[in-house]
Amino acid sequence: MSESTGRAGRVRAGFTDLKHIFGGGQSDVRQFGILFSLIAIIALFQWSTNGLTLSSGNLINLVSQYSYILILAIGMVMVIICGHIDLSVGSIAAFVGIVVAISMNSWHFPWPLAILFGVFVGVVIGAWQGFWVAYIGVPAFIVTLAGMLIFRGGNQVIGNANTVPVPPGFTTIGAGYLPEIGPNTGYNNLTLLLGLAIAVTVVLKEWRAIRVQVSMGSAHAPLWVSIVKVVLLDTVVLFATMLFAGGREGTSFPISGIILGVLVLAYSFITRNTIFGRHVYAVGGNRLAAELSGVKSRRVNFMVMLNMSVLSALAGMIFVARSVASGPQDGIGWELDAIAAVFIGGAAVSGGIGTVTGSIIGGLVMAVLNNGLQLEGVGADKVQIIKGMVLLIAVGVDVWNKSQGRPSIIGFLTRNRNAAAPAPAEPTRKVPRNDPPHPSRPLVPAP
Amino acid sequence: MPANHTILEMRSITKEFPGVKALSDVSMAVQAGHIHAICGENGAGKSTLMNVLSGVHPAGSYTGDIIFQGEHVQFKDIGSSEAAGIVIIHQELALIPELSITENIFLGNEPTKHGAIDWVTAKRRALELLARVGLEDNPDTQIKHIGVGKQQLVEIAKALSKSVKLLILDEPTAALNEADSQHLLDLIRGLKGKGISSIMISHKLNEIEQVADSITILRDGRTIETLNVKADGVNEDRIIRGMVGRSLESRFPDRTPHIGEVFFEVRNWNVQHPQAAERMVVKNSTITVRRGEIVGLAGLMGAGRTELAMSVFGRSYGNFISGQIFKDGEEIHLRNVSEAIEHGLAYVSEDRKALGLNLIDDIKRSIVSAKLSKISNGQVVSAPMEYELSEAYRKSLRIKTPSVDYGVRKLSGGNQQKVVLAKWMFSDPDLLILDEPTRGIDVGAKYEIYGIIQALAAQGKGVVMISSELPELLGLTDRIYTIFEGAITDCIPTDQADPEALMKSMTSAKKKVQST
Ligand SMILES: Nc1ncnc2c1ncn2[C@@H]1O[C@H](COP(=O)(O)OP(=O)(O)OP(=O)(O)O)[C@@H](O)[C@H]1O
Ligand SMILES: [Mg+2]
Repeated sequence: MSESTGRAGRVRAGFTDLKHIFGGGQSDVRQFGILFSLIAIIALFQWSTNGLTLSSGNLINLVSQYSYILILAIGMVMVIICGHIDLSVGSIAAFVGIVVAISMNSWHFPWPLAILFGVFVGVVIGAWQGFWVAYIGVPAFIVTLAGMLIFRGGNQVIGNANTVPVPPGFTTIGAGYLPEIGPNTGYNNLTLLLGLAIAVTVVLKEWRAIRVQVSMGSAHAPLWVSIVKVVLLDTVVLFATMLFAGGREGTSFPISGIILGVLVLAYSFITRNTIFGRHVYAVGGNRLAAELSGVKSRRVNFMVMLNMSVLSALAGMIFVARSVASGPQDGIGWELDAIAAVFIGGAAVSGGIGTVTGSIIGGLVMAVLNNGLQLEGVGADKVQIIKGMVLLIAVGVDVWNKSQGRPSIIGFLTRNRNAAAPAPAEPTRKVPRNDPPHPSRPLVPAP
Repeated sequence: MPANHTILEMRSITKEFPGVKALSDVSMAVQAGHIHAICGENGAGKSTLMNVLSGVHPAGSYTGDIIFQGEHVQFKDIGSSEAAGIVIIHQELALIPELSITENIFLGNEPTKHGAIDWVTAKRRALELLARVGLEDNPDTQIKHIGVGKQQLVEIAKALSKSVKLLILDEPTAALNEADSQHLLDLIRGLKGKGISSIMISHKLNEIEQVADSITILRDGRTIETLNVKADGVNEDRIIRGMVGRSLESRFPDRTPHIGEVFFEVRNWNVQHPQAAERMVVKNSTITVRRGEIVGLAGLMGAGRTELAMSVFGRSYGNFISGQIFKDGEEIHLRNVSEAIEHGLAYVSEDRKALGLNLIDDIKRSIVSAKLSKISNGQVVSAPMEYELSEAYRKSLRIKTPSVDYGVRKLSGGNQQKVVLAKWMFSDPDLLILDEPTRGIDVGAKYEIYGIIQALAAQGKGVVMISSELPELLGLTDRIYTIFEGAITDCIPTDQADPEALMKSMTSAKKKVQST
């Protein structure tokens, strides 16, 4: 077999390698496709709103308005990888929201304590639901359907169906921005620093990845691919930094965006690189095989449900902080947004497949769509219809592509290159007698 | 129909998957009324060729021509090949466990009357079909309540219900014991008498020698040769030569056992059926294993071999009633699988699809999955180590794949089995329990796996091997336990064992065992 034909081959190779930027796992091809969709949607709205979409004000608004949905998507993807679903996240968010608001209002908890208290309530609720799912074996669909009713009702009982305001300190986590420090540069200095740090990290990470690949002796992309990748990413990062830093006086990168960023990094790492993360995928992929490999599947299910409730609590508090009060209608329909984000991001209903990065991209697609349509003055009714169609089409295209045996358009482009790449030559088997199969095998002396 | 015309011809079939050329320019012809065998190593492309033929890989996804009964055919799915009279029974059984025999036979093909399913006709026809395949069970029995041997017969009955002209069997006897295999082979021979041709894939070469009229040999996705069994005087060695390109001098690597002290013992082990509490599936069984020893566990399918092994392996089967486990002289309690793994046990399941592998995972993650602690620092898994170590196992077990990043689903059956073996070797066990480890594995690879098992024993580990193939147990083990209806019936040093005596203890409760 000849090496792929010259330049064209290498370009295709580059595409394949480029795919690897965007998360690992089985669904990276899908994420690549959805990332392109995201870029296309942004470009479309940027054009149709005459540049309003990528303006400082809108971008800042977008982040603080959707960060809590994205936080839910992080937890939801793990629930879905495990083969479950959680319908109760919106109600739990509302429940925790009211409890926290009342704790500050009536019981005069200082706000940091109130946040801890909210997280604690999330843990308790999560343990409750996890117990039913993991140890009693009631399907998560039922448990969380019950939870959806229980905690929505709970919110209204505790708050008397009233709206309860929260004090100013608390609102930082939902409505706060990186503070102004240092010399007056006309930009928000902390945001600039943050952006710069991210840009440098991108370079360092890529450099490390190349080194690891080289040391493993695995096939690695040519240098130009890495350079293009880094330049592209850093351009985006720096461009966004300038936008976030250059907003209206007193605004900058939202605190809730920072919380989201930290969570995304942490959970990407957990799902990809830790034993617990592996176990989540294993239980979702084949529970019986996982159990026979020593995975305690009940504990995994329990932890995943618990984690979801904690993140719901967090999302609820951020929302309350942003809207400066907790009300009986908070969090209605959030579970659906989070679930949609996860599936647009490439997760499988049958479990075992999905990534945090993918779900975030899926969530961003929904967020940008929502935001763009709002900017255009499209009514909420029509926005719902469009969102529903996008969900259906995104997943439909993916399923259809898979059944056709081609992962995506990009996968199709790169297929030739894959097929042409010489498979590592399997040595034709020699006489086994002279060929101990295991290198470390002590040779057994012949009698 | 004249006996000696060609019913099927496949010409220059080429099929590529991303990263692998599974078939290149493969041609073969099947004579009407013949049993045509396809032989080849794991990953040679046998199943792929049959998937091309039966429309699993639709026309257009491969190149080449298929001529069936004199006509060019282009099947777009399984339905269209079945309509033409080609029925495939896959390597992995495809019956629905919760449905009855009748329902399974007519699934997707239900006889109807006025638009509703006509169960009376269905049951009557099911009875006829079951009689043809020699199965006497009630057709209302759920599939999950009958053994694999019978399930395989139901698959054939299902094929017969579709007026089949060419029956494709992909490793039909891999999961069957000898008696069931024999029954199945007789059945296929009987069908041949009734004008149904068959294509059969098998790694059990003795069976092929016994029933096949002609044999096509594939190697690395190419046709090597087609042999006519009678005219060419084909025997097993001849087939092996075609498959691997040279002769195998013996089936088992040489070995001098170095057997030490008893280090593992299961004493008076009693286990209840998980659902039916009145049924004991393991009764008062005692087994010892010495260091460096390979112990065989012989029994018929359903005798309690797997149940015994799995219940010892962290109580992963049934309800534990009583019994003790000793390792290195001390009693240990294995309440769950992770405790069993920590105490150095490993269990390679006989059912790789349901219990052995997460099929949507890739090779490297599968190999390390039973002992992640070995490649991690605290909770964090090291990707370079994962790659390196899984790569080492890929090489030493010769798993045929473009890379360890490949999904296990895409591997051939035999190579999936090697991944399962790698997974448990990776866990560095002291006691390795192997449940039918060579099922679906080609002769050459079997030899290698025997070598690996012997090497583990030579390192002072204990091996318990469950197998339905007596020759394999006789060739590899040092001592054989026989088990019948959940109870150990005998224990014989292999050099004093003969197949007949073993068979007898496997089929009747006999004298009490004196554990040596
Ligand atoms: N769906 C698929 N996607 C990618 N590669 C595949 C797929 N199916 C099979 N292959 C590859 O094609 C080759 C031939 O596989 P095939 O299943 O035909 O082997 P086989 O001869 O049946 O082996 P075995 O005896 O182990 O069952 C293997 O290298 C396998 O990895
Ligand atoms: Mg096969």
